[in-house]
Amino acid sequence: MEDKKNKKQAFSRRDLLKGFATLPVIGAFGYGMFREWNADRLRQNSIASELGLNFDEHPIAVPSKSDGKTLRIGIIGYGIRGEQLMRAAGFSRPELVDDWKRGAQRNVNDRRYGDYQEQEDLNIVITAVCDLFDVHAENALKAASNSNRSGVDGPMNQTAKRYRRYTDLINADDVDAVIIATPDHWHARMVVDAAKAGKHVYVEKGLTRTVEEVFDVRKAVKESGIVMQLGHQGRQTASYNKAKEIIDKDILGKISLIEVCTNRNDPNGAWVYDIHPNGSPETIDWSQFVEPTNPHPFSLERFFRWRCWWDYGTGLSGDLLTHEYDALNQVLHLGIPHSTVASGGVYFYKDGREVPDVFQAVMEYPDRDLTFLYSASLASERFRGKVIMGHDASMEMENTLTVTPDNRSTRYKDQLQAGVMSSDKPMITYIPGKSNVDAVTSATEQYFASRGLLYTYVQGKRVDTTHLHIREWLNCIRSGEQPSCNIDQAFEEAITAHMATIALRENRKVFWDAESEKIV
Amino acid sequence: MKSEISYSKAQLVILVSSRVLIGWYCLYEGMIKWINPSWSAFAFLNDSQGWLAPFFHSFAANPTSLSVVNFLNIYGLIAIGLGLILGLFTRMATVSGIVLIFLYFLSHPALINTSYMLPSGESAMWVNKNLIFVFLLLILLVYPTGDRIGLDRLLFNRFKN
Ligand SMILES: NC(=O)c1ccc[n+]([C@@H]2O[C@H](COP(=O)([O-])OP(=O)(O)OC[C@H]3O[C@@H](n4cnc5c(N)ncnc54)[C@H](O)[C@@H]3O)[C@@H](O)[C@H]2O)c1
Repeated sequence: MEDKKNKKQAFSRRDLLKGFATLPVIGAFGYGMFREWNADRLRQNSIASELGLNFDEHPIAVPSKSDGKTLRIGIIGYGIRGEQLMRAAGFSRPELVDDWKRGAQRNVNDRRYGDYQEQEDLNIVITAVCDLFDVHAENALKAASNSNRSGVDGPMNQTAKRYRRYTDLINADDVDAVIIATPDHWHARMVVDAAKAGKHVYVEKGLTRTVEEVFDVRKAVKESGIVMQLGHQGRQTASYNKAKEIIDKDILGKISLIEVCTNRNDPNGAWVYDIHPNGSPETIDWSQFVEPTNPHPFSLERFFRWRCWWDYGTGLSGDLLTHEYDALNQVLHLGIPHSTVASGGVYFYKDGREVPDVFQAVMEYPDRDLTFLYSASLASERFRGKVIMGHDASMEMENTLTVTPDNRSTRYKDQLQAGVMSSDKPMITYIPGKSNVDAVTSATEQYFASRGLLYTYVQGKRVDTTHLHIREWLNCIRSGEQPSCNIDQAFEEAITAHMATIALRENRKVFWDAESEKIV
Repeated sequence: MKSEISYSKAQLVILVSSRVLIGWYCLYEGMIKWINPSWSAFAFLNDSQGWLAPFFHSFAANPTSLSVVNFLNIYGLIAIGLGLILGLFTRMATVSGIVLIFLYFLSHPALINTSYMLPSGESAMWVNKNLIFVFLLLILLVYPTGDRIGLDRLLFNRFKN
């Protein structure tokens, strides 16, 4: 009816009114959107750009310094870590490769196979392996042969020879550099001997078991001029580099307290590793295993769970505090603490171990006006991250970074009052793989990142930090430069860890006499 | 073109208001993604669970399909939002909205014991806000209003003889 009436004229006034009735809504929306956008911009400007932060670039991987020459590598110790290091270097047992392949077929989210195949070829060959346990030694040989990264059906290249004593491996002519992944009580001897033979070294963390050994290692490495990398792969974590930028720009204000933690709650996390069914006095060279430490009758427990005894390991301090410490040392250049107190006990795993499963260490840096606190439990998985607490803001430092302003900050007082900042909202969030530092990162994105759904990327690719750490070491061997976790960093790591261990075991406050380089 | 149904004034006001509100919601969802240059559906797709999860994961896995998904999400939401608010191509906007939001629902179905985050942290069992959203849009589909209050009134009536 209405239609007929309106047919002649284009539109009636009524049509126009009804047609455009909801247009004002767009106006209101636009106004709201502009206000919000403006507030965000203000917030971003006052934070990211005003602070001179520019995270626009992805971390750039330094191009591999392959001079065309293939480096010949020997591996000493092919246990849990040895296997991971070999994978990171591009040599995995064919059985493992098959496992990952099957995993990927079952579940597209299982990226192990794809990541491994995409990992850069480091232009190395494994020429020598050494392990005291026959099963591990044979596994190492299989991994070394698998330069094609294939499964059991693939072609293998037998390149490596098995040595029963690490000295023979180190002195072999066809070995340019060694990767050491033995228990801590062996590290020092192996590094010193390798340095003396002029072989470059990648050694796992917990540099040494004793204090004296730290000095021996430093002397040998410095005198020989070899390239040594300590196995703190956290050095390669993209967010730590960004954290350093944030610290260097003094965004947190005066830092007074740092808190780092370890929380685990399963037997594996508490070093109760499986005892291999084929482990026996026939397959394990026990007398060699205990050579650098106190003698003890053959013990499968001690061999596979060595971290639980002081004869072989360095406790929570050497095993796990070191990772946290090195991360912070990388960001803050803390150096060795002035003094340390520590406490703890065997409170949960009363399985005959000597090494505490609950442990705290408090390290003082009076010249920096700050305290560094480490707190660990192997019987609770409650998550407590690394937190750097400053007068103006604090930063949580994991794979992602979150900087939250302090309610009583002097520096951000105006912004806090104006509501541009608030102490219950992060002012800076950095998520690797995302292109920018984002003051308005939504809760959703943080949630995704915390679940590990956003990864550490290098130029858009997800990569294993251990791979990058080995790669850096090889690059330095080729170029003669110093790697990021070199002997100086390693020295600081080791002394710091030993101070905490001594404080615990001797139940006293220990001091570092920097003049005479002595723990007193 | 005009639907046959006749509405009372109250019915019309409520239907149009619902349409505008849903449009507003979609428009904002689209705009906020558009403003944020680093927004990507990557994580959302990867977080998908339920029996269609492999389908959504595969979109995230491929950079080309991911950028298509991102594009469709941002501009799709904006277009749907504008369409619903203005009553412009209302039918198309409504149908697209139903499809898009149903896909959201399928990617994160409110199963029992899910460990992922449902939109805005709601608590839900089987029925969640996305599903209700879809049904609201279905109501708007069977009770259309764009040709009465909205630009469709001008657009489609014009070419009628
Ligand atoms: N960077 C990290 O994230 C990380 C992770 C795990 C372990 N680690 C470090 O790696 C090292 C090894 O730890 P693991 O868990 O692999 O221990 P493990 O017991 O699983 O492996 C040690 C291997 O070394 C072999 N071995 C012992 N003494 C030897 C010798 N004299 N010569 C040759 N082989 C010998 C053993 O037979 C065994 O196969 C430790 O120093 C540990 O702190 C580092």
